[in-house]
Order: sequence, then structure tokens, then C-alpha cells
Amino acid sequence: MIVVNTEAIPGYRVTEVKGLVQGNTIRAKHLGRDVAAGLKNLVGGELVGYTELLVEARRQALERMLAQAEQLGANAVVNVRFTTSAITQGAAELYSYGTAVVAQEEA
Amino acid sequence: MAFWFQVIPVLVVLVLALFVGTFVERRHFRSLATREAQFRDMLVTDTGRLPVGCAAVPFGLVIGEVVVASDYFKTFVANLKKLVGGELRTFETLMERARREALLRLMERARAMGANRVLNVRFASSNIGGTSRRRKNAAMVEMYAYGTAIYVPEQATS
Repeated sequence: MIVVNTEAIPGYRVTEVKGLVQGNTIRAKHLGRDVAAGLKNLVGGELVGYTELLVEARRQALERMLAQAEQLGANAVVNVRFTTSAITQGAAELYSYGTAVVAQEEA
Repeated sequence: MAFWFQVIPVLVVLVLALFVGTFVERRHFRSLATREAQFRDMLVTDTGRLPVGCAAVPFGLVIGEVVVASDYFKTFVANLKKLVGGELRTFETLMERARREALLRLMERARAMGANRVLNVRFASSNIGGTSRRRKNAAMVEMYAYGTAIYVPEQATS
């Protein structure tokens, strides 16, 4: 599966457009991480626990989007976009969407 | 005794929210499914390039927006789940409902314009009250979908 956030794939030609595919997830870290992040806020710096949270969420959202694309019979997803929203404190929503297409290698 | 006077109303609201909330959500999902079935032939993409053979009219911005709230029970469950971490499934259905509803309204407006495709779709969301400490139990989400509606005659390719 080719995943790009541009409209075209270099060296490929889009032969069929399947439509919008999307994946979302909302994840939270356990209370211990929230407390640790709260303490870390005092001195500043990277909140490793929350970085991890975003990495996990991004991976899961992307996986779900790709599963949808596969179901449609696409072999590539173009123009991928990510958005996040803060639905509740200490949790992250990650949403990714793109256009599922069938792309063929140019001769 | 005073303890129970505090606990019982909360329990009553929780149980009520569980039943009514589940009913409302199921009804919404059913309505989403039946309305989405009517839009099977409408192609929605988030790419911006105009397809070959695209008509000059109709052409224009279409918008779909919706605000959905989670019920008290689901918010309660999510707040418990936050203690241990992991996926907050009760909120995922909330976001799914908001996105599908916003996209549906966008497609409805596109069809009203006489379009059969929507290009360059983007989503934006904002939270009203859901993240503030004082209104911890009111998770609401405002979802906004926008795109460009166009018409491509059937015989034109890609």
C-alpha cells in the first residue's frame, strides 16, 4: 500500500478513484502518566508519556484507514491528512483521512 | 443516610442516561446508514485536482456541520477508563457519529446543487465545553466538513 500526502504519486498513474477513507481513535494514558506529566509541566520539557500516546494513536488511526482502503480494493491512499481534537482532558483523538485510489506504475 | 441521598440521584441519572443514550445512539446510527445508502453514487475525495470533463456549473463550496453530545453514562465510563489508559471507545462512537452526520449534510447540499462529486473535503472540529474542568461531564463535539461540489458527466473518465 502506497501512502502519500500529495495528490499524485511519482512514477505512478491513478487509474481509478475509490473515494474517501478514514480512521480514528481516541486514547488515554493511565493516571500515573497524567500525574507525571503534571509534574513535568513544572520544569518544562518533553512529556514522553504523551508523545507515546500520540505515536500509538497515530499508528492505530492510520492502520484503520489502510484497512478501509484495502476493503475498497485500492492499492494506494493519496492526499493523506491528519487532524487531532481534544475531546476530554488527558486523552487524544487522532483522525486521518485520505483518498483511496488504484495506481498503476507508468511504463 | 446522607451518603445515599448523594449517591442515589447520580445512579438514577446514570441508568437513565445508559438506556436513553443507547436508544438515541442506535437510532442515529440507523438513520445514518439509511441516508448514506442514498449517496452511494456520490464520490467524495479529499484530492483537489479537477477531474477531466468536469462541468463548469454547478461548482461551489458545500458545508456540513453538526454538534453532537455524549451521554452522561458514556462520559462516566470514559472518565473511569482514563484512569487505566487505553482506547476510549465510548468517545470514538461520538466522533464517528459527528463525522458521518457532517459528511452526510455536506453531500445533501451537494446533491441539492445538482452535483455528483465533492472534491477537496476537509474536516475541522472544535469542542464546546467538553474540555473545561467545570463541565467535565458534558463531552460535546462540533464537527465541520467542507469541500467543493462539482458535476462530472457519467461518460467522462477519472
